[in-house]
Amino acid sequence: MTPSLETRNLTIRFGGHVAVDSVSCAFVPGTLTAIVGPNGAGKTTYFNLISGQLKASAGEVFLHGEDLSSLPAPLRTRRGLGRAFQLTNLFPNLTVMENVRLAVQSRARLGLNLWSIWSNHRELLGKAEEVLEMVALADKRDVAASALPHGDQRKLEVAILIALEPEVFMFDEPTAGMSVDEVPVILDLIRKLKAERDKTILLVEHKMDVVRELADRIIVLHNGALVADGEPEAVIASPVVQEAYLGVEVKA
Amino acid sequence: MLRSVLSNDFPRSRVLTALLVVIVLGLAFAPFLFPGAKSLSVAAKILVFIVLVASYDLLLGYTGIVSFAHTMFFGIGAYGIAIALARLGPTWGAVAVGVVTGLAVSLVLSFVIGLFSLRVKAIFYAMITLAVAAAFQTLASQLSDFTGGEDGLTFKVPEMLSPGFSLAEEPFLGASLDGKLISYYLLFFVAVALFLVMLRIVNSPFGRVLQAIRENDFRAEALGYRTVIYRTLSNVLGAGFATLAGAMLALWLRYNGPDTSLSFEIMLDILLMVVIGGMGTMYGAIVGSTVFILTQSYLQDLMKLASGGVAHLPAVGGFLSALLSPDRWLLWLGVLFVLSVYYFPTGIVGKLRTRALGGTRRA
Repeated sequence: MTPSLETRNLTIRFGGHVAVDSVSCAFVPGTLTAIVGPNGAGKTTYFNLISGQLKASAGEVFLHGEDLSSLPAPLRTRRGLGRAFQLTNLFPNLTVMENVRLAVQSRARLGLNLWSIWSNHRELLGKAEEVLEMVALADKRDVAASALPHGDQRKLEVAILIALEPEVFMFDEPTAGMSVDEVPVILDLIRKLKAERDKTILLVEHKMDVVRELADRIIVLHNGALVADGEPEAVIASPVVQEAYLGVEVKA
Repeated sequence: MLRSVLSNDFPRSRVLTALLVVIVLGLAFAPFLFPGAKSLSVAAKILVFIVLVASYDLLLGYTGIVSFAHTMFFGIGAYGIAIALARLGPTWGAVAVGVVTGLAVSLVLSFVIGLFSLRVKAIFYAMITLAVAAAFQTLASQLSDFTGGEDGLTFKVPEMLSPGFSLAEEPFLGASLDGKLISYYLLFFVAVALFLVMLRIVNSPFGRVLQAIRENDFRAEALGYRTVIYRTLSNVLGAGFATLAGAMLALWLRYNGPDTSLSFEIMLDILLMVVIGGMGTMYGAIVGSTVFILTQSYLQDLMKLASGGVAHLPAVGGFLSALLSPDRWLLWLGVLFVLSVYYFPTGIVGKLRTRALGGTRRA
């Protein structure tokens, strides 16, 4: 299958420090790729380079063969790259509903409509409502995002990503800091996305049991470089992973 | 119908609704309810400032852009009318030329300022606008051939609007039907229309994005909104409405000079009115302008009464009388505003809405 997303020699340097070091990797629709590596390995930075929050020092990002390297983040989002953030990143004083509705509105390309009344766009509200139900937040639709407990904020973060309906989903530790009984809601959502078979899913995750269960493929970043790539069992068993990553983290 | 006119953005508080109805009715019938030259001038000033403050709220309250160049655009509108009418004579054509030219200058200027500087951090943007506004003010008072310099320009308005014009010999309900009255109602209907247009803009999908940018511009970008475009557009719209407010002011005063439309004092007044009324609410512009301008205009009279009233009290009478002397009115104005900002940080509208919700949730 032809890859949807591809990075070629993607690199970023902060002064003398190379945070992401010439990472070339292609991602195929219908697969979930877990990106693992110790803290500071460059996983989030790699995401930032793909989604455009950071500008690469060298290398390119392609989506369906189109070079996105020179595009700013909003245009990459419109091309179909969707991103959920590791540190919760919401519109704090807007309601839960409005947080999601804004994503739906962006997808519908209605942002520059100056003359209609926002609440008359029932289709956007309906769509947002649907997404909120998927993440079990519908009953909190009128609460300000900042008033939500941490777990719900994580869910909202994921809801916003789903509302964008991207082709490529980038989850950055979506279950971090969630209580045990909340985690399944998010994992079920990711499973559902996987089942649709046409989405490209990238997942940064520390919990190895989650990775083992969901991933079709694992890539390992270490000091910014891609050090392993392949089937989950093979990668987990490889000495480089045992040493660089699991040896330290697996007991955590 | 009402839902569409108000863009489905209702006051959401009974007290606020009542307050707004009183203000709007008061302004609509001001010439008949409060006869006299001063009260009509105060009412006209309130109308102009409702538009001006609402346009600043679009910028500050909705988009979160701190700009100190807002009076510059206000001034451009006023100078547009003043220069056009002084040069081309008192015709409606000249009024149109003045408004269109003023708008064009403001739109281009605000577009350029926005595009070049909205990428920088908020505090630097505020500094840039401060510098541009100061430069513009100096320019306006230096180009005396064109702008009348420090003295400003006095000019004639189209006959229908001039005080000498008379619709009927007999006064109607205690108000003489002259050009001043026609000017007042021109201002009134223009202000109502402009306010409703702004209310629609902030309640459009575009307006919702502005609020998202105010809350978290990084996230708005990640959602696919190009914040530079939205910020620039908000800047241009704010400038455009401020320009129209300036044109209204000049038509009413039949005069314009640096102190009436460009001074930094007006900028501070606008800021206070937005904050007192309630940022990011639009209705705050109506409440804030009315409260502020009424206080500014009548506090002195009120203090004269109070000062006379306490003068005969034994012992402290002299001291109290001096404290309440009309000359100290600025001191009391300051105290009032410090207190109001301290106790109503979300403004009068914010406070009333929170109360209507039972104080449990943010409006």
